[in-house]
This record gives sequence, structure tokens and C-alpha cells, in this order.
Amino acid sequence: MPGEYNPYLFIVVMVVAAIAFAFAPLLLAWLWARKFSPQKPGPDKNATYECGLESKGDAWIHFKSEYYLYGIIFLIFDVETIFLLPFAVAFTGLGAGAFIALVVFLLLLVWGLAWAWMKGVLTWR
Amino acid sequence: MTIEKPKMDEGLRNELQKQGVFTTTLEGIYNWGRQNSVWPLQFGLACCAIEMIAASMARYDLARFGAEVFRPSPRQADLMIVAGTVTKKMAPQVVRLYNQMPEPKYVIAMGACAISGGPFKQGYNVLKGIDRYIPVDVHIPGCPPRPEALLHAFMTLQKKIENQPLTGANRPRHLQADAPSEFPVPKFGVHDLEPPSNPTVWQSPKMVRA
Repeated sequence: MPGEYNPYLFIVVMVVAAIAFAFAPLLLAWLWARKFSPQKPGPDKNATYECGLESKGDAWIHFKSEYYLYGIIFLIFDVETIFLLPFAVAFTGLGAGAFIALVVFLLLLVWGLAWAWMKGVLTWR
Repeated sequence: MTIEKPKMDEGLRNELQKQGVFTTTLEGIYNWGRQNSVWPLQFGLACCAIEMIAASMARYDLARFGAEVFRPSPRQADLMIVAGTVTKKMAPQVVRLYNQMPEPKYVIAMGACAISGGPFKQGYNVLKGIDRYIPVDVHIPGCPPRPEALLHAFMTLQKKIENQPLTGANRPRHLQADAPSEFPVPKFGVHDLEPPSNPTVWQSPKMVRA
């Protein structure tokens, strides 16, 4: 209906304003480059930046990462500590269900530790 | 041939300024923005770099000139401060870093070594001035120059940027489509860098005998 106030009009105006706000600087920069400042690409400028040295070889190489083992073991001990403290504090007031749930949780973590142990991760070489 | 730019009447401009209306040109505001945000490349070669660091710290406060943002990547830098001895082993890297900087780019050669080889001029392994390969805007003498000298070089560079025209035949290199943005990177030869200098930016001084 003509003359009626539409609350969604605000949203439309805001969306248009937001898009214009985001794209106007890009458009201005593009126009400026077209009018005044020519682009000058070159082999050095387009090259991979590496402290002024020419990059050598291929970046897509296999990289043996063994850090994940430390990550897993850290997680085991870290999470265990976080959950064991409230468990110990509230130990006397716990019901049987909560106790079993936490023991199952602990056993899952112990399982991970046992797996790492069997894999020989804990042996210092 | 230079085209005379239409200038605003000075009296009208002053009259407007009294009323709180400030007028400027597109060129003026463009250069004003550029000269107050010159970001140097974080790049030190020798002892001059210590003075450059001192200039960027609180006592000398390069931030007053909008130039405290030392960029670790040439992609984001406007200014290369060649702070220190450029050995022949380092020269190709310096030129390549300069090539990787986006236009407009400026160079300050800081200290005796960077402008001429300095105390190592007779050495076999030191480049006798970085201006043999890249165009240098401001030379600072000194061994090493004090931070005040670097600040003076900054102000000199700012004056240079301020006076660069946006159009016309005298416009700076970065606004000319046919002017080069990259300069040839020297290679390691048998005895010396090849070529030993870039003739388009540097010619050996002619000896004049009286």
C-alpha cells in the first residue's frame, strides 16, 4: 500500500549501505589505479617471498610429523588431571552411577596411555 | 613541456580558511597521505641498523612521522632503509627485496657503507654503494649516522613525496606505465658481481682534469 510504513525497508537500506560501504573503497582504488597508477607486475614481484633469496625446490613435500603422539599423550594427562580433581573433591558424595561413569571415562584414557606405551612412545631413544 | 595547472586564487583560499573551509587538491591530499604513512622494510644489514632501531624507539620516536610500522615483508613496505654495509654476497638479495616491494617505493641509503662502501671501500667483497643497482632517494653520510640524521632523511623524503606531481611529464616513476618497477638482480660472477653496476641508475663518475 502506498505511504504505508514497512519495517523491513530499514533492513534493505542497511544492506545496501553496508555493501556500498564495503565496496566503495575497492571501487575507488580500482578507479585510481586505472586513472593514475599503472600496475607493474614482474617476475620478481610475483615470486614467492623468501627473505630476498630465490625459493628453491617444491613446497609440496612429505613432511614426517611425529608431534601428534606428544599431542595425544599430553591430552590424556591434561584431561585426566582436569577431571580427576573435581572427582576427588566430590568423591564421598557421589552416587554409584556417577562413579561408574567416571571410571569408564578414566579407563578410556588409560586405554590411550596403554596404547602409547605399547607403541613404544614412552621409551626415550 | 609542462602543463600549467589551474591554481586556486590565494586570496579566496585564505578567506575560506578564515571561515573554517579548507581547500586542497587531489594531488595534495594524495601526497599528504603518502608522506605521513611511509612504512619501512624491517631490514638491517650492519651497525647502522642499531641506529635505525634507536630512531624507531621512544627516545627518537619515528612514529611522529607515521613511519614506525616496520614491515617484515617487502609486500607491505614503501621504504627500504639500506642500513649498513652491503656485501657483494648480500647485494642480489637487497635488489630482489627492492624489486618485490610494491610501487611507490623509496630508498634511503643510510651510512657511509650503503652510499659508497665506507671504510670497506677498498675491500674485495663490499659493494661500493647500493645506488649502483637501485635508485636511491636520500643518501645519509655518517659512520653510523645518528638517529637525528635518519629523521632528517625521513623529513627530506617526505618533502620529496610532497612535491611529486600526480600528472604531467615530471610525475614520479611509479605513475609512469613504461618506467621499470624491477631492476636487474646482479649475479655472482667469477670475480665480481655481474653486471658490476646498473648503467640506467648509476654511471661511473667522469674524471675531469683541469
